[in-house]
Amino acid sequence: MGALVKKEIHAAVAQQEKGQYLTFLIGGEMFAISILGIKEIIEYGNLTTVPMMPDFIRGVINLRGAVVPVVDMSARFGRTASEVTRRSCIVIIEVETDEEKQDVGVVVDSVSEVLEIPASEIEPAPSFGARIRADFISGMGKVNGQFVIILNADRVLSVDEMAMLSGANGTDVSAEGLSTGSNN
Amino acid sequence: MSLDLDQALQTYIAEARELLQDMEDALLRLEADPNDADTIGAIFRAAHTIKGSAGLFGLDPIVSFTHIVEDVLDRVRDGDVVIEANLIAVLLESGDHMLHLVNVVAAQGGQLDTDAIARESGLRIRLQAYQDNSEVSHAVQVEKETPLQFSGGGLVETDNWHISLRFGQNVMRDGMDPLSFLRYLSTLGEIVSITTMFDALPLADEMDAESCYLGFEIDFKSDADKATIAGVFEFAREGSLVHILPPHSKLTEYIELIRSLPESETRLGEILVATGALTQQELESGLSEQQTSARPDGSTTPLGEILVEQRSVEHEVVQAALDKQTQSKDSKNKESRYIRVQADKLDELINMVGELVIAGAGVSLLAQRVSDNSLQEAASVMSGLVEEIRDGALRLRMVPIGETFNRFQRVVRDVGRELGKDIELVITGADTELDKTVVEKIGDPLMHLVRNAMDHGIESAAIRQATGKSAKGTLRLNAYHDSGSIVIEIVDDGGGLNRDRILQKARDRGLIAPNVTPPDQEIYNMIFEAGFSTAEAITNLSGRGVGMDVVKRNITALRGTVGLDSAVGQGTTVSIRLPLTLAIIDGFLVGVGKSSYIVPLDMVQECIELTENDRQATGDRSYLNLRGEVLPFVMLREHFEVEGSGARRANVVVVSCAGQKAGLVVDELMGEFQTVIKPLGKIFSTLRGISGSTILGSGEVALILDVPSLVQQAVNRESQHVSTRQVIH
Repeated sequence: MGALVKKEIHAAVAQQEKGQYLTFLIGGEMFAISILGIKEIIEYGNLTTVPMMPDFIRGVINLRGAVVPVVDMSARFGRTASEVTRRSCIVIIEVETDEEKQDVGVVVDSVSEVLEIPASEIEPAPSFGARIRADFISGMGKVNGQFVIILNADRVLSVDEMAMLSGANGTDVSAEGLSTGSNN
Repeated sequence: MSLDLDQALQTYIAEARELLQDMEDALLRLEADPNDADTIGAIFRAAHTIKGSAGLFGLDPIVSFTHIVEDVLDRVRDGDVVIEANLIAVLLESGDHMLHLVNVVAAQGGQLDTDAIARESGLRIRLQAYQDNSEVSHAVQVEKETPLQFSGGGLVETDNWHISLRFGQNVMRDGMDPLSFLRYLSTLGEIVSITTMFDALPLADEMDAESCYLGFEIDFKSDADKATIAGVFEFAREGSLVHILPPHSKLTEYIELIRSLPESETRLGEILVATGALTQQELESGLSEQQTSARPDGSTTPLGEILVEQRSVEHEVVQAALDKQTQSKDSKNKESRYIRVQADKLDELINMVGELVIAGAGVSLLAQRVSDNSLQEAASVMSGLVEEIRDGALRLRMVPIGETFNRFQRVVRDVGRELGKDIELVITGADTELDKTVVEKIGDPLMHLVRNAMDHGIESAAIRQATGKSAKGTLRLNAYHDSGSIVIEIVDDGGGLNRDRILQKARDRGLIAPNVTPPDQEIYNMIFEAGFSTAEAITNLSGRGVGMDVVKRNITALRGTVGLDSAVGQGTTVSIRLPLTLAIIDGFLVGVGKSSYIVPLDMVQECIELTENDRQATGDRSYLNLRGEVLPFVMLREHFEVEGSGARRANVVVVSCAGQKAGLVVDELMGEFQTVIKPLGKIFSTLRGISGSTILGSGEVALILDVPSLVQQAVNRESQHVSTRQVIH
């Protein structure tokens, strides 16, 4: 696993020469995602719930004619679903699966700013302690002496994995199947 | 320029494939009625066109093989060879080989592999049996000749044809390569000499690289008749000048030719002398003679008139020319009725129409809010038009299923021979139309089912006669429209499924509990379960099962269903039910909680109110009395676990699919809605009960209900519920 993470960091470093990251808050904690995959940030709203899906799939929105799924990051981390406030946003991220590219929306509590984090300021992810699956983390960025978790968007928003998880919940459409939510 | 040629080649490939399909259909028709002259003519023309066009592109392997096929067909047409089963078999295989040639040589630009070469030489030998002996030697001789060989003198001049070519400027823009005509010409005989005429070439800065300024003077040695040689240039006739002088032509004709060509007389004369078509004396005497015989008004006699006067045009040539004219007239008529459109363009159009429908819904919604009468009226006129455009656009992509069905004539014939069974394919409902995107995906599952029915469904002749059936088995393919779907049936009159064996097998595998005996229908459908097709099931049951789960999966992916019915000793019917289109449907909008859902309108039978009283009367159960009928229903609010209590007054939407009726309990009825289907994406691929999404006029997303699978879910849920309760007690 360590080797894998390292490799991913190298890949991340290579592609992020400028190293610009969008930082945002989820459950009071700050996270960052490379801006390369981010297409836009929109206001939270007009969301259609899809029944019989696990908690981390909030629903779908209409993004200029395309139907885009929206993921609740907090629920995806195995925490409680985030509460919607006035500052809640949906960040639209382009995720690559196999050869296809798909847009996925992510609910965040609030968007902070775009930061430049040089590669030298990024530490490898700890194998535990972040209370998030280690493969979700692409690195730990040092910002003003504090650590910010840089997320690996392709892993967190892996379409295949999410489809599989919803299948596990969705085929058994009983109340028990749904209430367990994400089983990370 | 190269792009144009490439496009023309693509057109050729598409056409050749179509022609080969026509040829195959015609051959199969011929099997039933060997004396149908029209059919024989159609086959011959198909082969001829394929050969001719292949020559244009310099696809020599296709030309040389098709030439032999064409020869045999020509003899058939003339009545020299009688149609019999073996000949049809050879011709069918030749057709297959030609398709292979088109695919390999034309489409991929590759070479034949050794297998194909062996097959070809086998076919050549079999075809030669039907060829005239002298023709055979001629064909071989043609192959030996190398194209564009310049050999000049030594031959008697007057034995050669003389051909003057002046290509039109547009010949290259039309996708034709002048060189390919010459290449094709050289397959008919020997080009003795060729002179390129470039007098029309303008100065360099005035020259358009895409225009053709060239002409050729050719002396040609061949046994072919005038019609054949003229046929070489058929495609270039428009805008180009082609003069063909047969051997032993009168001197005056040469002179006439010289005058009719754009270049100066002296220059042409020199060329003709140089290439040996004329001698110097002939030229000189001819020119002076022509001058004296010039008409009083100064014009010279037209070439055509001279030809007729001198009776140098034979009767056959005239006849052939007339035939050709009527033929091209026919094809012109056809052209005006059909336009070849790229499928992508059509798909794009339908996507745009989908967006238009959504935008139109938005406008209507706004117009209603503004409550301006004239605006509302305008909006409603517009949405009516949009609906018509939508239907028209979708109709463009509708094709009759007959084409797909007809392909199975050949399959049934071949597989029947292979299995040693005499099976007749009966096709009905061939005119039933459905979306091209659906047609493309239904071929494979159908093929599987047809093969299965022939292999395992229909018994051998001996068994059939023993059970008092006719020795000839019948397989029926049928299609019809039914409530917004198309139903395709594959019916055989074979032995039927062995219900008990399937039940036993299902119990062994734990798919059915030992003490439960489901209805027959359900037992038969077990063969669609994955993994049911293993081991002895294939051979001992009536065999179906190989890949039946794959068939089911393919059909489910098209939002369709597949069902099966069987009677022992009488046969089996597989019915496939598919949506007519995968793009836009008429929907019925309902509300549950805060969300909106779409029920396909074709499935909606009626809507009734479910009052508080009714609800209390039904109590715990989920069925109600619909005018004396038992109507089971699904509470969507519960099913989808929508939070909050329901509205006091609910409504029931009565839906029917595949003969079953069910009720869907919803909060609100919101009326009809033109629904543009948007796929939900991979994340939702495992979601059952919802087949897609659409965008409402308000910009919100609404989900489309998959009624059959919703009902199925309700069934499963209840049986689970009941069985767990039994365990507890």
